[in-house]
Amino acid sequence: MTELPRLAETGGCRNTPILKQRGQHQVFCGLTGIIWLHRKMQDAFFLVVGSRTCAHLLQSAAGVMIFAEPRFGTAILEETDLAGLADAQEELDRVVAELLSRRPDIRQLFLVGSCPSEVIKIDLQRAAERLSETHAPHVRILNFSGSGIETTFTQGEDACLASMVPVLPQTEARELLLVGALPDVVEEQAVSLLEQMGIGPIRVLPAPRADSDLAVGKNTVFVLTQPFLGDTHAALERRGARHLPAPFPFGEEGTTAWLRVIAEEFGVDAETFDRVTAAPRARARKAVSQASEALRGKSVFFFPDSQLEIPLARFLTRECGMEAIEVGAPFIHKGVVGPDLDLLAEGPTLAEGQDVDLQLDRCRAARPDLTVCGLGLANPLEAEGLATKWAIELVFTPVHFYEQAGDLAGLFSRPVRRADLLKVEAAE
Amino acid sequence: MKLTVWTYEGPPHVGAMRVATGMTGLHYVLHAPQGDTYADLLFTMIERRDHRPPVTFTTFQARDLGADTAHLFKDACQRAYDRFQPEAIIVGASCTAELIQDDPGGMAETMGLPVPTIPLELPSYQRKENFGADETFFQIVRTLARPAERTAQITANLIGPTGLGFRHRDDIAEVTALLSDMGISVNAVAPMTSSPSDIARLGAAHFNVLMYPETAETAARWMERELGLPYSKVVPIGVGATRDFVAEVADLAGVAPYLDDSRLRLPWYSKSVDSTYLTGKRVFLFGDGTHVKAAARIARDEMGFEVVGLGCYNREMARDIRAVAKGFGVAPLITDDYLEVERTIEELSPEMILGTQMERHIGKRLGIPCAVISAPVHVQDFPARYSPQMGIEGANVIFDTWVHPLVMGLEEHLLTMFREDFEFHDAAGPSHHGGKAAPRVEDVDGGPAPQTPREYLEPEEAADLVPASTVSVIWLPAAEKELKKIPFFVRGKARRNTETFAAERGVSEISVDTLYEAKAHYAR
Ligand code: SF4
Ligand code: SF4
Repeated sequence: MTELPRLAETGGCRNTPILKQRGQHQVFCGLTGIIWLHRKMQDAFFLVVGSRTCAHLLQSAAGVMIFAEPRFGTAILEETDLAGLADAQEELDRVVAELLSRRPDIRQLFLVGSCPSEVIKIDLQRAAERLSETHAPHVRILNFSGSGIETTFTQGEDACLASMVPVLPQTEARELLLVGALPDVVEEQAVSLLEQMGIGPIRVLPAPRADSDLAVGKNTVFVLTQPFLGDTHAALERRGARHLPAPFPFGEEGTTAWLRVIAEEFGVDAETFDRVTAAPRARARKAVSQASEALRGKSVFFFPDSQLEIPLARFLTRECGMEAIEVGAPFIHKGVVGPDLDLLAEGPTLAEGQDVDLQLDRCRAARPDLTVCGLGLANPLEAEGLATKWAIELVFTPVHFYEQAGDLAGLFSRPVRRADLLKVEAAE
Repeated sequence: MKLTVWTYEGPPHVGAMRVATGMTGLHYVLHAPQGDTYADLLFTMIERRDHRPPVTFTTFQARDLGADTAHLFKDACQRAYDRFQPEAIIVGASCTAELIQDDPGGMAETMGLPVPTIPLELPSYQRKENFGADETFFQIVRTLARPAERTAQITANLIGPTGLGFRHRDDIAEVTALLSDMGISVNAVAPMTSSPSDIARLGAAHFNVLMYPETAETAARWMERELGLPYSKVVPIGVGATRDFVAEVADLAGVAPYLDDSRLRLPWYSKSVDSTYLTGKRVFLFGDGTHVKAAARIARDEMGFEVVGLGCYNREMARDIRAVAKGFGVAPLITDDYLEVERTIEELSPEMILGTQMERHIGKRLGIPCAVISAPVHVQDFPARYSPQMGIEGANVIFDTWVHPLVMGLEEHLLTMFREDFEFHDAAGPSHHGGKAAPRVEDVDGGPAPQTPREYLEPEEAADLVPASTVSVIWLPAAEKELKKIPFFVRGKARRNTETFAAERGVSEISVDTLYEAKAHYAR
């Protein structure tokens, strides 16, 4: 049972030439990450310094799912701020003071940069440092960019986590750090599997609260749970921590490979590894094989969105029997997704960046059985008879590790099954 | 800087997108960063449109800023023209592009495209979505509409409907039918359903029906001045307004007024005995000015409610709403601050809210039923069934929509009678709504302390309408307990009345007696 994942038979995609086009992008900006980050960090507030557009984006991306007192808001820039009549730093002091007095439960405040704040060069770093002095020790104030000119969708989480790294306390302890905001249930599963192998202590970035015992140092080894954390990866390396490159823990195979990289680092013997993983592996295999029935032999086309595309293409092609036609990702960071690329068989077009109109032309010509795309494209493609899966659900739903492997396959198979189920057209 | 949690309106370029998306044969080239493409999903997801909005975003990035965003814009514009071959193009900037001052309008003009290019100036840091729609439609009309010979038959334009509009799709059908019953046909519906060439011949109609002042009033005024087209002022939402509309249109068209009310059910439904329980229900209204104005009249004159407060989020309608509020003897609330609306509702504790999706959530939190009467829209506001707000069927739809969230007549009495029953208690919620009834939580002695003291903080404008009162009143435990026995849908009213009663008399502690004295005082 300790077989290594088969490498792709035709050789992986690591060296496949990448199609790069520059045109209209159809993606969210990094502000969107706030929607899930604010749920994960329960004493944090995210204050976007931006425009009405930014506020409207947050509201539209969140839908009305989280109307219950959100822990995010927008300081909307007004004419007076632009005309230089109001001093931006003073204005920020005022808004932050107002906010913190209304929400005394807040222990971490993130000032989030947007396109307008960056174009007019509001120095949020300076603001964060000054405000930290005012509100310390009760509240820690950090800043990051979620702007559309600097970040794409999930890069917002990356920027947020990266902003936390420099202020983490120093430690000499040999610790394992899991990096990425996961739903609690999923995070607990991962920690439990690793602990059963005798690995520890295990820390998680982001911690649910500011006053955690999270620290970092040259004896820290870290592993990413999300493929979009390139800057956080670099920030941790700057603190001396060492990265364990691994395929991402999607599906049975991905989870096993991810765990194995960690197990090897911590000298876990094969027997222990098998004892801990055998049962959940078997469950995951069974669940995936059931949930992926509708997917076997079907083709899939990815529009660039969350940077999860490459690991997911690996999962869908290797574990669900699909054929990938095009795998588009906003960025391809080989230091991070390299191990997944090695496992992804050659064949699909790999695309980085986007010209949405040209990509739509390719998609229409290929007529894939399933298209993974953003919310703006899904219904128009459905209307053209193409089954779609909205990519945003993949970052909102628990999909990592063994127990969710079947659910992950299910997310993709549901639209395909639905297309077969519905008999709503007039008889020909 | 203004701290904002939720917004009632998007930025002005979203208003422009609503105009463009409603139309055909028009393309919008928008100088904007990539994240702004989120706006597409408003149309494809919320409205379930089966096409992408006809919008090309330039999606410039930070690295383009130092270099050449202008070139990027021109490229995008040329490619959009080549690919979509529109009859006309509108160009503009989002909030970020406004700051980099590339002047999309000027650039597009120099490109010499073979179709009209219409520049939009939408100040993102001052104005909002409705302004954006109104201004965009106005600019399109001003550029394209030409004086034209009147149609031989009497015709009207229906102006104002846009993409993502609250029930616009069905209102068009309803108003078309109202006109057709009077022998008036429709020359054009715009912006929704029109192409630039349809806009060009708007002047052929005999008059305009201004369906939504929010999105087409500026164009209506311009057409009145430049094309000699008078426009209607009454928005036919509700029975009375529909009758007034018919009279106004007959006058504009020079025909005899005629309204086929054979399918109108609201008046009888409202008179029938089952509706007695609606009498004097205290309602609070909030939304866009046009819908609130119409709803206030319906609430009072056609449903028999008591309007305890009203307001709108679009300042453009502030003057109208102030006038309406004056007529109702209530303080107008003109704000786009969601928290302020929530505070006002909490203070007024109405028995029902007629509001937007935002107030629906306020209602959920406060346990007050809410029916939606206005944008901002949500996927639920695009029902599959025919569901207009205007005209005869609109009135029927409104009756049903407003009554639905309430506990129905007899059920209300049964709840009062059996309020001690452990299953049939009031917190179980209306029986016709889904969801599991929650078991009643028994009061234990020494349970949560009564919520006191409560301070009265009336909004300043209300000062002369509501007796001023800054006294804190304390509920004695027995009175607090007695209050809980009152069914939940009147409890807010009882609490408020009792406190006002006590405050007016300088009573600082409310006992069971105070509660019943107040009840007797307010009996009607
Ligand atoms: S792309 Fe920029 S302006 Fe648009 S919502 Fe994102 S941060 Fe705000
Ligand atoms: S059940 Fe009725 S009142 Fe309740 S939320 Fe649904 S529609 Fe609104």
